[in-house]
Amino acid sequence: MLKVNRLSKTFGGVKAVQDVSFAVRAGTIHAVIGPNGAGKTTLFNLITGVYTPSDGEIVFDGAAAAGTSPDQLARRGMSRTFQNLQVCMNMSAIENVMVGAHLQLDTGLLAGMLRLPRLGNADRACRAEAQRLMEFVGVGKYRDTHASQMPYGALKRLEIARALAARPKLLLLDEPAAGLNHTETGEIEALIRKVADSGVTVVLVEHDMKLVMNLSDHILVLDYGRKLAEGTAAEVRANPDVVAAYLGASA
Amino acid sequence: MTMKPTTRGLILLAVVLAALPLALPNAYYYDVAIRIAINACVAIGLNLLIGYTGQISLGHAGFFGIGAYASAILTAHYGWPPGLALLAGGTATGALAFAVARPILKLKGHYLAMATLGLGIILSIVIVNETAITGGPDGMSVDAFSVLGLPIAGDGAWYCAVAVLLILVTKTALNLIDSPAGRALQAIHGSEIAARVAGVDTTAFKVRIFVLSAVLASVMGSLTAHYVGFLTPGVAGFFHSIELVTMVVLGGMASVFGSILGAAVLTMLPQLLSALEGWETVVFGLILMLTMIFLPRGIVPTLRLKLAKREN
Repeated sequence: MLKVNRLSKTFGGVKAVQDVSFAVRAGTIHAVIGPNGAGKTTLFNLITGVYTPSDGEIVFDGAAAAGTSPDQLARRGMSRTFQNLQVCMNMSAIENVMVGAHLQLDTGLLAGMLRLPRLGNADRACRAEAQRLMEFVGVGKYRDTHASQMPYGALKRLEIARALAARPKLLLLDEPAAGLNHTETGEIEALIRKVADSGVTVVLVEHDMKLVMNLSDHILVLDYGRKLAEGTAAEVRANPDVVAAYLGASA
Repeated sequence: MTMKPTTRGLILLAVVLAALPLALPNAYYYDVAIRIAINACVAIGLNLLIGYTGQISLGHAGFFGIGAYASAILTAHYGWPPGLALLAGGTATGALAFAVARPILKLKGHYLAMATLGLGIILSIVIVNETAITGGPDGMSVDAFSVLGLPIAGDGAWYCAVAVLLILVTKTALNLIDSPAGRALQAIHGSEIAARVAGVDTTAFKVRIFVLSAVLASVMGSLTAHYVGFLTPGVAGFFHSIELVTMVVLGGMASVFGSILGAAVLTMLPQLLSALEGWETVVFGLILMLTMIFLPRGIVPTLRLKLAKREN
């Protein structure tokens, strides 16, 4: 599904990501972990086209993806959420989710202005589907609520609903549990499992180790921009380098 | 089934426009009403760009001016039929807006404001200096408008024409906002990166809405030229651009009906303030400042919020 080969990104003299390689198989949950500043979000931004890599290659679904713009990657079936929420606060909750379905609709300006019957029907179907997705992620009751009036936890789920509305093959979640309490984290964990079971390949960056260990088929550990370790939850947990990076060298 | 608020608003607008002739005592009031409708159409287009998509333009009077002068020059000097001249002006404006949109809309915030301001000033200077064809600061007279040889003349005919046009523009804008394209535009305002990740080609959408609002301004400029019958370079000037932006901000960003209200208030105001002679500009600036401080959302969205609170 996704192959990253010797990927590097430098900002001036800072090597944010260095020589990282890994592969994500279709239908799995893949986690990227590491201490703060390890380059996890930079890696995400490289994969999703927000940044252009300094070196290395990315292959998504059999075709080169390095340096491709986010909207082009969306066309090819990639979607993501953000660590710092990127919900459109000038729109209602359901409209936010409907934006996610952008590529499935006639988005011509003229078609919109004339509101042709064909477009009206497709739009109604899109609204119904958005409502279904909001219920799927557990924010169904906020249908008519303005996004600016929703609580933080619900906005995090709303972002997942918007990403799913694009019907992605690959979904990247940047810290889905950040800022959530214990109960909410458990709910998010169940939700990510549900998303993966529906056939979407998931890659996530997360600090909550319990969630990562419970969910992930495969874990990639980054430290100072480099790959420190890789493997299943049990392998990563037993790796002395990982223990050292997290607890300090003397541990 | 309950009626959508926008449908109610549209019906209210149609009723007001239909009933207004009964209340307008003389030609002077007709004149004000016609100017309001024309300004409202331009303001709605500008609001799609500023209020909904979040991209500022301080140069829209320039586009208005291209339409106005294209109509004036092509009909007076070259004997074109007014309808064709209007289309030519709109096409030229669209082409110019399209050509400058890509580099300009890469800019954000103050830089975008400066770039559009510069564009407006350039257009204004060209109109002032090309005295041979535009008449320069002295202005030029424009023939009456006609459709297929039938002239539109008199306040009644003009009022009907612009009232119908305003309803059409309002309805079209409301349709657009509630469509996939409209949501893409609003998403660009809300979070450009989120829009891109959802598959929105943000540059293309910014360019399209910029061109659309520019062409609408141009068409209204053409109609204004024929309606007023005499053009001066002021129509393309900086002050007119500011006036248009003030209509959008005062009425309410991202509110179609707000633009109509903003146009109404700011078109009537100079009439009421005519005693101040030259100080209108100061009052305009003051209104813009006070709106920013006390009504940052603009009139219509603020009222809507108050009503929603009362209902709860």
